[in-house]
Amino acid sequence: MNANNNRMYSYYFLLPAGIIYFVFFLFPTLMSFFYSMTWWTLTDWEFIGFENFITFFESPSLRIGFRNTLFFAGTAVTGKVILGLLIAVFLTSKIRNKDMLRSIVFFPVLISAIAVGATFGVLMHPTDGIINNGLNLIGLPSVDWLGNPNLAIFSVAFTDIWRGVGIATVIFIAGIMAIPGDYKEALKIDGGNTFQEFRHIILPLSRPAMNTVIILALIDGLRNFDLVWAMTGGGPGFSSDVLASIIYKQYASGFYGLATAGNVILFFFVACIAFPVFKFINRKEVDL
Amino acid sequence: MKTFSWVSVSSALLLSVGLIGCSGGESSSSDGGSGGGDEPVELEFLVADSVNTRGLEAVAEAAEEELNISVTFDIRPGGPEGENVVKTRLATGEIADMMIYNAGALLETINPTRNFVDLSEEPYMDKMMENYKETVSFGDGVYGVPSQSSNVGGWLYNKTIYEELGLEIPETWDELMENMQAVKDAGYTAAVGAFDEISRTQIPVLADYYNVQKLAPDFAEEYTAGDAKFADTPAALRSFEKAYELGPGGNDFYNEDFNATTHEQGMAMLATGEAAHFANLSNVLPTIEDNHPKQVENIGIFPQPADGEHEPGFTVWMPNAILISQSSENKEAAKKWVEFYMSDEGQRIFAENFDSIGPYVVEGVEIPDDAYAAVKQMQPYFDEGRTAPALEFVSPIKGANLPQILSEVGGGFMSPEEGAEMYDQDAERQAQQLGIEDW
Amino acid sequence: MSAKREKRSKRTLAAEIAGTLVALLFFGVPAYFVLINSMKTSTEAARLELGWPNSFEFLANYGEVITANDGRLLLAFFNSAVITVFTILLLIIVCSMAAFVLARRQGMAKHLNYLVLVGLMIPPAIVPTIWVLQGLGLFKTFPGIIFLETALRFSFACILYRAFVATIPKELDEAALIDGCGPLRLFFQIIFPLLKPVTSTIIVLSSIQVYNDFENMLYFFPGSENATVQLTLYNYTGLFGTSYNLLFANVILICIPMLILFIFFNKRIVSGMTAGAVKG
Repeated sequence: MNANNNRMYSYYFLLPAGIIYFVFFLFPTLMSFFYSMTWWTLTDWEFIGFENFITFFESPSLRIGFRNTLFFAGTAVTGKVILGLLIAVFLTSKIRNKDMLRSIVFFPVLISAIAVGATFGVLMHPTDGIINNGLNLIGLPSVDWLGNPNLAIFSVAFTDIWRGVGIATVIFIAGIMAIPGDYKEALKIDGGNTFQEFRHIILPLSRPAMNTVIILALIDGLRNFDLVWAMTGGGPGFSSDVLASIIYKQYASGFYGLATAGNVILFFFVACIAFPVFKFINRKEVDL
Repeated sequence: MKTFSWVSVSSALLLSVGLIGCSGGESSSSDGGSGGGDEPVELEFLVADSVNTRGLEAVAEAAEEELNISVTFDIRPGGPEGENVVKTRLATGEIADMMIYNAGALLETINPTRNFVDLSEEPYMDKMMENYKETVSFGDGVYGVPSQSSNVGGWLYNKTIYEELGLEIPETWDELMENMQAVKDAGYTAAVGAFDEISRTQIPVLADYYNVQKLAPDFAEEYTAGDAKFADTPAALRSFEKAYELGPGGNDFYNEDFNATTHEQGMAMLATGEAAHFANLSNVLPTIEDNHPKQVENIGIFPQPADGEHEPGFTVWMPNAILISQSSENKEAAKKWVEFYMSDEGQRIFAENFDSIGPYVVEGVEIPDDAYAAVKQMQPYFDEGRTAPALEFVSPIKGANLPQILSEVGGGFMSPEEGAEMYDQDAERQAQQLGIEDW
Repeated sequence: MSAKREKRSKRTLAAEIAGTLVALLFFGVPAYFVLINSMKTSTEAARLELGWPNSFEFLANYGEVITANDGRLLLAFFNSAVITVFTILLLIIVCSMAAFVLARRQGMAKHLNYLVLVGLMIPPAIVPTIWVLQGLGLFKTFPGIIFLETALRFSFACILYRAFVATIPKELDEAALIDGCGPLRLFFQIIFPLLKPVTSTIIVLSSIQVYNDFENMLYFFPGSENATVQLTLYNYTGLFGTSYNLLFANVILICIPMLILFIFFNKRIVSGMTAGAVKG
């Protein structure tokens, strides 16, 4: 039976995607790995061995960068999974204006990082910002969201959740919608309530969606820096630098070999975290 | 039914694509080789988004009538991102016919002798001022012409506040500090801190270079060679100290929330008389005019003073250079276009349509009568030779993290000595990447 | 019983109102901020405040954005639309096929999954990629950027598809096999239609990624005639001054097509469900 099955799942199906992926992505990427061991001006290069890697590990804000990257990714994954699932459950329940609400939740996904950065810079302004005004209104003190070195990365992570939760929500909605209706019917006949429906049906059966959200949000969180760049530029000082923004600064200075070495390091760092997570959550999927 | 709706979606999308296509797609490609005489030629001109193209557009319009050569502007991002775009396109042989790029040391990093057309035989060469020509000369060739007026770094100040408090333009750093204290005591913001635009944190150091080169004339050369550093050259370290003294670590002259203040808000504070000083480049004047047309005449400028060793002078950012790509298929047409641009008529059209942000570096081009008051204030310094090009025009070494380091120093989180040392390490990496030994 | 139901419906209504308010507060306020500032004068917008504009410059701002640079924005819409539509068509076909086999096969295919993940982990290598495109004669062409965008979005779409193929019972394949289906018919006639909800999701999410891509367009699709929508934002930002009113007007204008796309396909996600539920 197995042999038959595999005939149905022909490897030829992989060819079109495989060729495009290899030619336009994997091949140039492998080629760039070579340049991580060179001094490179884009037009000229000179082989220098592992010097770029050593220089990269001497970057002034590297330790902060590692710490912030982990914090940022952890916060983003947690926030997007929990909020995304809750919003998706809410938006798939029997409410009237869900189309409008879905559009509102999704709107942030559509606007560019520049606009998001500018908007939250204003909302988080220490004295005039609406967030602090709101806090003051209920008797809480103002917070310098982006200016306080200890808080800046947190504020950016919050904004990232705000911007990215729409993607998680849409994936969860697709997952919840894929749950066959008879399960819900069966539970209703047994007299289950909303919470039980969530606990025993939605949660376990939207696992594929959840796994996807986790892996996508995790890798994105470890690599993402456009919001960091738009909101704080890695500052104040270096306090909100993440690995990707450190690499970007080197790239922007024209240190092409060094930046490529940074990307190789970032790749191994992300792979060391994401591959085991991927393996773990997919094993669970089979258990189910 | 379902299949049908899917088909209708894609056809609707394709249809809308077609409709938009009719209104927008008129791009004819240029393949005329020589561009002589009557054959129309289209040139592509790569400019940064920060470039004010009003003057160039006016010249382009006149040139199209005169020469039958049209120009389309290809906008790229400014700053480091834009430098990478240029380098990438040069490395892959896909650069536009003409482009605008920094003059001086930064131009040297993109290999001008190989990538750009030598203009030293062109008739307009003698009109370019010598100190500008130096920044675009490499080997025996001259590779660029100024794309606009000069751009000057210093202290923009609000004249109303100065009059009200009876203040005078400071001749020494101490006098500047006294002025600021007086402003602060009067309840205004002494100096705008707009660190949200992080590149602005550098001005108190970069605009101090006139003083550095006065006190240590060989600094640029020794710095490039690695023999002098910011941290161990007193005149250069002084620039970091000045940046520190302005912030909460020193006299606390910045506005509250300076970390979160945007550049636009900072300009508004200066223009509306909320704040008295703003260390900046004069190329912000057009933006101030756009947002505060009535107040721009009320803004003056003076150079960042020294500690009394010499008369103050301006640090000048030389205009970016217009360059012709060696790989262009329309080199002759591009040369003609530049010749027209540099002609008396071309420069007159340019100056009429451009908001001059400093004196010009082409002979015979005067700043127009309707120029900004601040620009008129600069002219005497230029006439007396009290100017020096900024460090980045005379040394290729510029570390990537200077804005961040100075936001720490200016914010009072880091001492000037630590900042200067950190910057020296940062610059060391730049030197390594440039292949300069012994740094 | 009916009292209980009434109580429940009251509670649902309360939850609905609360949820709507929270959503409006968290997502609506920033959206309102962008919208309201796109209608102010540049002086007013530079202050970046939430307040009502002193004078409405809706027509002036949006008009200026649309006509700027001889209608560059319309050209950009055209280019972005071509790239997005064809990338998505290609992406949907090749990724669903690949993901189907990756999800169903055991053994080697499992390891290939890691290779797919790699696509999410490294940014494209700019200069080598340009060399490849030049070598194939595809640089600065629509096919070139479409293939490239497909390669760069492949991992994301493939991972999504893979997860949802796993929810389709394998018995279906076996039944089809017994009916004498070949692999192509099995996939395109039986599996692919069942993937409609996730296909809709991928169309929405990947379209946005392609349409909003700015970095890759900048490097891999250069030239003034090749403007794409995100690059038009650069007309209004700069080191020396940002025209926030025009920037935001441009932001609003370029996200309208995607918003329409979302609203349209959002409904598809739902209708796919009913079809799937019957079969499941």
